[in-house]
Amino acid sequence: MTATLVRAGRWVTGHLVMFVALLVLFYMFLPIMVVVLMSFDDTADVAYQFNGFTLANWSDPCSSYGMCDAVAKSLQIGLLATVGATLLGTLMAFAMARHHFRGRSIANVGIFLPMASPEIVMGSSLLALFVSAGFAGQLGFATILIAHIMFCLSFVVVAVKARLSGMDNGLEQAAMDLYANEWQTFWRVTFPLVFPGIVGAALLAFSLSFDDYIITNLVAGQSQTFPMYVWGVSRREIPPQINVIGTAMLLVSILVVVMAEVVRRGRNRA
Amino acid sequence: MTAPAPFPGGGGADDQQQPPPPRRSRTGYLLLLPGTLWLLLFFIVPLVTLVSTSLYDPAGTLETGYQLTFAFGNYVDAIDDYATEFTRSLLYGGLATLFALLLGYPLAYAIAFRAGRWKYVMLLLVIAPFFTSFLIRTLSWKMLLADQGVIVEVLRFLHILGDDGRLLATAPAVVLGLTYNFLPFMVLPLYASLDKIDVRLIEAAGDLYASPPQAFRRVTLPLSMPGVVAGTLLTFIPAAGDYINVELLGTPQQTMIGNRIQSLFGAGSYPAAAALSVTLMLLILAMVMLYIRRAGTDELL
Repeated sequence: MTATLVRAGRWVTGHLVMFVALLVLFYMFLPIMVVVLMSFDDTADVAYQFNGFTLANWSDPCSSYGMCDAVAKSLQIGLLATVGATLLGTLMAFAMARHHFRGRSIANVGIFLPMASPEIVMGSSLLALFVSAGFAGQLGFATILIAHIMFCLSFVVVAVKARLSGMDNGLEQAAMDLYANEWQTFWRVTFPLVFPGIVGAALLAFSLSFDDYIITNLVAGQSQTFPMYVWGVSRREIPPQINVIGTAMLLVSILVVVMAEVVRRGRNRA
Repeated sequence: MTAPAPFPGGGGADDQQQPPPPRRSRTGYLLLLPGTLWLLLFFIVPLVTLVSTSLYDPAGTLETGYQLTFAFGNYVDAIDDYATEFTRSLLYGGLATLFALLLGYPLAYAIAFRAGRWKYVMLLLVIAPFFTSFLIRTLSWKMLLADQGVIVEVLRFLHILGDDGRLLATAPAVVLGLTYNFLPFMVLPLYASLDKIDVRLIEAAGDLYASPPQAFRRVTLPLSMPGVVAGTLLTFIPAAGDYINVELLGTPQQTMIGNRIQSLFGAGSYPAAAALSVTLMLLILAMVMLYIRRAGTDELL
């Protein structure tokens, strides 16, 4: 009797947790469903209401004035910032995970601090630096890029380090036992093993860069990125084309992740 | 799925579990150098500049230039004039963090222990919102919470809201937006630390006659504390500094400190804006340190 009760209790708690979890996921996806829906809306409006179905926004996303320029700028900055942050961050992650050096705890704090600083503080301090260094008139692409590499860096270090410290050292030792030198061991064993972690970190860096508004807005000068464009139109009529970009970003990222998963499974089977 | 855990639970927890092989060489420093220089130049030096900017003569402008006069009065003014905004930022940020924890814990728990082969799909779903712009998603909340929207209609029907009650342009809408926007930052570290727990420990608690709630309170929860600490920090800090949710979902009555810093910088009042920014940073650092100390002792118990 009690055993049945306990079992029933466990079933309820088990499924209750899952039920709550699914509700929370629904909460996370509710606005995304709106974004997808609104990408098919046929008029720009202030109230952000669905007025009627059309495919026009998808066939001609650039019809919203200035938007595609902003998207292009965000893509350029995103790609460059991703390359920069991934390169610097991966090197740092290797140092942190694989090498002994003095000042390690200071380095740890230094890497954690940017993640623990409000964006408004980082943005305003960079602006203060650029202004006092006499660059107030030259704010733009370069200053945005500098800022983006800075705030993406810590996230890359943390992501790659997590991958490195979860790795089995035995494989590298085996390679060395089989007379591979350090260089060969690195390129043939270590790097391929860490690579998925680096890709994950790069994706994270790109999405952080592409999406940033608060810091970018402070150091952008006259340049306009996509989030700045969205902010600008959010006070006026909201063109449905911005939702096309939002939906397309989501689709591309899901595609990338699915492809990565397919490659991984294929490799595991081989 | 390549990197399910971009945020590991506690900062240095990994280092303790697996000490790096003793390779004391110059390579370590060389690898560290470029990134460190970047952080030094574009994170640390700017912070120092921010502090000195906050002590400039407030009478200066971009055209006439600024003078460092150690005007500590800027801070007195900042705290005097904007005490309400500071309190509101900490309150909204704190509430959003609490709600994110209450929502995020069951989700992270379900992913770690109950999802089975759906684990990676669910993790992907948690990360997916990251890939649709933050601003666009907040604008969708504006539509969802609008006076003619479904949510308001339902709440009015259930008499949770009065007949003329509204959600958009209220404090609850701002807190809801903050909770929503930073929820993934709560879920990922929680998941990372829950996923590390050896399930046998929880089973052992059951074998020793602990009821499921007891086992949760005495075993699972304490073991997940690093994730709780990391998650609450990663949620609270950006939430307290945010001004986007107030601008899009609130009214000037909900103004947070971020709005003030942004508008003062926009108006060129650099010293006052810098003083506010430094004060915010110090407030947050103080709260974080207090919190880590509290959480640290709880972990020992």
